[in-house]
Amino acid sequence: MRNKFIEFRNVSFRYSDEEPWVLKNCSFEIYENEWIAIIGHNGSGKSTIAKLMNGLLFPQEGEIIINGQQVNEETIWDIRRDVGMVFQNPDNQFVGTTVQDDVAFGMENRGFPRAEMVKRIEQNLTAVGMQEYRLTEPHRLSGGQKQRVAIASVLAISPKVLILDEATAMLDPKGRMEIMRTVSNVQEEYKLSLITITHDLQEVVQAERVLVMNKGEIWDEATPREIFAKKEALREIGLDVPFVAILTDELKQAGISITNEPLNQEELLEDLWTLHSRT
Amino acid sequence: MSSSLIIGQYVPGNSIVHRLDPRTKITVIFFFVFIVFFANSVFSYATLTVFALTTVFITRIPIRYIMKGLTPVWFLIVFTFILHLIVTKEGTVLFHIFGFNIYSGALIQGFAISMRFFLLILVTSLLTLTTTPIEITDAIEDMLHPLKKIKFPVHELALMMSISLRFIPTLMQETEKISRAQASRGVDFKTGPLKERIKAVVPLLVPLFVSAFKRAEELAMAMEARGYQGGEGRSKLRELKIEKIDIAVYLLFALAVAIVFYTRN
Repeated sequence: MRNKFIEFRNVSFRYSDEEPWVLKNCSFEIYENEWIAIIGHNGSGKSTIAKLMNGLLFPQEGEIIINGQQVNEETIWDIRRDVGMVFQNPDNQFVGTTVQDDVAFGMENRGFPRAEMVKRIEQNLTAVGMQEYRLTEPHRLSGGQKQRVAIASVLAISPKVLILDEATAMLDPKGRMEIMRTVSNVQEEYKLSLITITHDLQEVVQAERVLVMNKGEIWDEATPREIFAKKEALREIGLDVPFVAILTDELKQAGISITNEPLNQEELLEDLWTLHSRT
Repeated sequence: MSSSLIIGQYVPGNSIVHRLDPRTKITVIFFFVFIVFFANSVFSYATLTVFALTTVFITRIPIRYIMKGLTPVWFLIVFTFILHLIVTKEGTVLFHIFGFNIYSGALIQGFAISMRFFLLILVTSLLTLTTTPIEITDAIEDMLHPLKKIKFPVHELALMMSISLRFIPTLMQETEKISRAQASRGVDFKTGPLKERIKAVVPLLVPLFVSAFKRAEELAMAMEARGYQGGEGRSKLRELKIEKIDIAVYLLFALAVAIVFYTRN
């Protein structure tokens, strides 16, 4: 049994008293070294969860326990050391005037000695494949490259949880692939929990567990394969169903039996070409 | 477009002058500006000129490039020269031109003052030519450090400067994007009377400001998420270090100053 790292206990949140609840009585757990995806339509409360985990917002009701500590004004600086976060807009989270200055920013805030910073800059930029760009200015980088730098910057302080809050939403397909590849490498290389927040079902396939959010509530919690099987329901709460899942559905309707719910083209292909030998 | 994004007039290079500690450069230039006003003999001017020109030579920045940077100032130098030529009435009359008597003293005075001007501007421009804006920011933060005692927000000022430097290219790219978007909607930035053209800037500025504020808000949140809590207990990656070469430069400059004071009338 893995240890709980983050725990939400009956958490409710709203931005002000007049406004409706953004999160309604949410309870869930995230374990050490787990990859969890949180998915939901715009306004489903998924980004609010990320900000609550980092102490950028505080819940009105319920409590959030991270690594045995309750999130409040006194503990946020400890918690922010454990919980690293990458945001949506690649430009608006790049603080340094060059790549290495940006990676150093988080470490400078924590008073790391210079020699340690130099070592960690090298190590983390290599992990995201950006070591050649150490002295490059941000406006000469693509969106995907900037997001990779942002990931390196967060990893530099060795957090125990990495949250990607729609980190691929503003990127082109190429940048998106870049980030997803980087993220899965990082997940293997570093021992950390990974929380990817997205509205794109395609990005949840690598996760171990998926939380589906709808209107501030946890709508479902399951493995990606189980989620993919619920196409109609997903469409009802405003999520785009991936092409592979739609195709699988059509094939099934046409009388072709596909046993396992395929997550990507390769798996579907595997199923199809072995079809004859099975029947 | 990328060439227009170079901030200031920094010329990349790897000369001794480029590698000097920015604090050394600022200090020497600051005192040089004072010393120039003390020079009043041929020899003292010569010393300062040799000092300035040697520095220029060491930077390996093409002279032509530096002179181009001084273009707006040439007018001022020439103007000063002519003014002195006309106004000063010392020494013997050398010749007569356009109804003015030109005195020998005036010629000398004109040369001296123009030279002073030229040296001042040449040396101060060397700072921005050989130092990146971020190095200057670091140096200012370090040199203003004592002001912290009277609660002057030194760290905040430096952070503001470095974030501005970071966002200048981003906002310039954005301005270009918005102006294209507005042009495609029929806003005319280039023709028409001045009043109309100024009016056309409004649909450019409003979205730019809106987005700048949004950026600021997101940036603040990202900085906080990465543990920023003000200047207390922060360490720095970019390190300023006084090397032997800096000390050598200080000594050389002190020597030049000594010569100026020794040779002045």
